[in-house]
Amino acid sequence: MSVPYALLALLSDGPKYGLRLQNEFESRTGEVWPLNVGQVYTTLQRLERDGLVESDDEGERSQKRYRITPAGQGDLAAWLRTPPELVPPPRDELVIKVLVALQIPGIDVHEILQVHRRHVIEVMQRYTRIKAAAGADDVALALVADAELFRLEGIVRWLDAADARLKQQQPPTPAEVADLTAEPSAEMEVSP
Amino acid sequence: MTSPLELRHVSKTYGSGPTEVHALREVDLTVERGELVAVMGPSGSGKSTLLTIAGSLETPTSGQAIVDGIDLETVSPSDRAKMRRRSIGYVFQDFNLLPGLKAIENVTLPLELDGVSSKPARAAALEAMEELDVADRMDRFPDELSGGERQRVAIARAIVGRRGLLLADEPTGALDSVNGEGVMRLLRAATHRGVAGVVVTHEAQLASWADRVVFLRDGLVVDQTTAPPGPESLLAAGDL
Repeated sequence: MSVPYALLALLSDGPKYGLRLQNEFESRTGEVWPLNVGQVYTTLQRLERDGLVESDDEGERSQKRYRITPAGQGDLAAWLRTPPELVPPPRDELVIKVLVALQIPGIDVHEILQVHRRHVIEVMQRYTRIKAAAGADDVALALVADAELFRLEGIVRWLDAADARLKQQQPPTPAEVADLTAEPSAEMEVSP
Repeated sequence: MTSPLELRHVSKTYGSGPTEVHALREVDLTVERGELVAVMGPSGSGKSTLLTIAGSLETPTSGQAIVDGIDLETVSPSDRAKMRRRSIGYVFQDFNLLPGLKAIENVTLPLELDGVSSKPARAAALEAMEELDVADRMDRFPDELSGGERQRVAIARAIVGRRGLLLADEPTGALDSVNGEGVMRLLRAATHRGVAGVVVTHEAQLASWADRVVFLRDGLVVDQTTAPPGPESLLAAGDL
């Protein structure tokens, strides 16, 4: 999870108290990702233990002011440039459901695809409403919402493509489906 | 109160015999004032046919298309043309601005065709252009405007004179996603001021700006979204 790095980033423009960090985190992620103050303090403790931040060592935790160390700056710079895991989970639940549906006699797969399409678009409507309510100048919120919207749009596009493919082509045989759903395989091969 | 648009059991068939194509089958759709409805579906699902029938550019093979309480079938072609100019605004994929006219002349055109004299037509056009934040571009020709500005002018032309029904066919055309979003914000704002809007699109992100999404497949309405809950539910949603 990237909360430690988000806190390091927030400390980059000067020392801050825990409560202030929580407020800034929430306002900069468009309040889409709520963070409780307990999480903030446990994360800060861990960062301090690892030498990535330091604090004036007096009083209650709410009285402590934290600042980023050179090691923390180094870690943050490296993290920003490290590519996230892009390989998808080997077995996508939605793909499995559709492949399974193909094997059940009398099931209208297009109807199954539509149930999922509607659900995903309803979730997209909620993100779009957040964006619409915030106005065009809330850049942080727009970036967070866009990331989710593009991811969800990808799912809809897959559903659309599946619909079109199943309309044009023969569905895979039970043996092919068993192969695809049996084991997580990095080199999935789809027979022609 | 009547709805700005009501389609009742609308079917449209092209050709006959073995080449017969059922573009729409028994479609029911009502759009209220202040509501933006998106119609989604794959190519050939009947989206564009639905829009042209709602806009009275085509007549249904059976069923009724009712705009502002008036069944389009029951009025003369000239009255239908008048309704088209007064009650219905269109936004097209490629904007369709007339290149030889300045931006403001493009916006006043539908009013002038309807016999409104030039002074009130110009005042109404300016008001629409101000709503869309392009009033300062009024004396430019379309080829002197950016893509986003052209589409703003096109939307101003569609809402000028307080028309109650706004129809848009893939209105973000070739705009990039941020400019496309700008267009959807404007359409949403226009409808929320009291116009009824219908947007046809195959893009889920654009459709998600609508209050309601209707899904077409092979000419049938197969599904639609339910009214989405407020944004706050997102934070509690476990299914994301």
